[in-house]
Amino acid sequence: MDDRTCNVGWPDAIYAQFRRIGIRQVGYVPDAGHSRLIELCVGDPDIHDVVLTTEEEGVALAAGAALGGQRAALLMQSSGVGNCINMFSLMKNCGFACLTLVTMRGEFGEFNPWQVPMGSITEASLKLCGFLTYRVENAADVEDIVAAGCDMAFSGDLQVAILLSQRLIGRKVWTK
Amino acid sequence: MMERREFVRRLLAGRGDLLVVCGLGSPTYDVAAAGDHPLNLYLWGAMGGAAMIGLGLALARPDRRVAVLTGDGEALMGLGSLATIGVKQPANLAIVVLDNQHYGETGMQPSHTSAGIDLVATALACKFGQARAISDIADAGAVRDLLHGGRGPILVQARIANGDTPRVLPSRDGHAIKLRFVEALGAIRR
Repeated sequence: MDDRTCNVGWPDAIYAQFRRIGIRQVGYVPDAGHSRLIELCVGDPDIHDVVLTTEEEGVALAAGAALGGQRAALLMQSSGVGNCINMFSLMKNCGFACLTLVTMRGEFGEFNPWQVPMGSITEASLKLCGFLTYRVENAADVEDIVAAGCDMAFSGDLQVAILLSQRLIGRKVWTK
Repeated sequence: MMERREFVRRLLAGRGDLLVVCGLGSPTYDVAAAGDHPLNLYLWGAMGGAAMIGLGLALARPDRRVAVLTGDGEALMGLGSLATIGVKQPANLAIVVLDNQHYGETGMQPSHTSAGIDLVATALACKFGQARAISDIADAGAVRDLLHGGRGPILVQARIANGDTPRVLPSRDGHAIKLRFVEALGAIRR
């Protein structure tokens, strides 16, 4: 199983929701789990794709986008959530909508134990930061949950994180 | 070296429809002292995020000019964002670093720029089209022209004196600051 075969389907469903809700800026740090979705966003002339050096830049980007009247989404891995904690205060203090899709590591069949400490506190950390969190375990649920999350975030200027479980994404397969 | 309030006052004179993002601490007070304006986004936190807020805004509103006024400490905390901005090449974004080489809010501890870390060279290495250092108030008008008409991304490292200035405190209510800004910009989405 490579990243491509395990990615077909649900990333396209997320992208369809981005189109529906009018996402115009997407900030991301390159990530295998999000690779297909990143490809779709980069290929979309209506979306500014912004590759970041660290995830917290994307939080500030989303605030700036909202100030200018555009909607943004952030794509990150669970490890990236830890990089954002203080910057999330910007969204809460000013009431900016924040939509992030988080590919989970360190929770199911994880090869790399270094992913476990952050992966195991990702959801709790987001909740402490004021996020509504929704977990997706099955590809069949992606469309519904992402649609609901998008509506919650942008109709109420709320902070919403959708956690894409490691089981959904597929285990990272290491080859020598 | 320049007196910060006078420099910022000249920079924002006749600002027109310029959009201004202020880094936390003294830059926020400096911009407020130059005259409160609905198109000022005053930050009181989110350290390291000012330049990226500027990028999101510049991408969303390519028809408007965006100026980020921030301090050396704040800019250093978001140094990676210079690389991110260099990738996107926003033509309408300028960053002015008010560089007193110290952390003014926390007791004037020296910052990296006091050890010679060069933000202009960093910006040029990050593919900023224009980056320059100034230390003479006579150059304020030229920087002002850059904010309004120079091709971005632009970074100006403005060397200012680190003397005490009275605090001029704008609103700390983030919701109010944001709403006022988007209303003035006509950027409310419903």
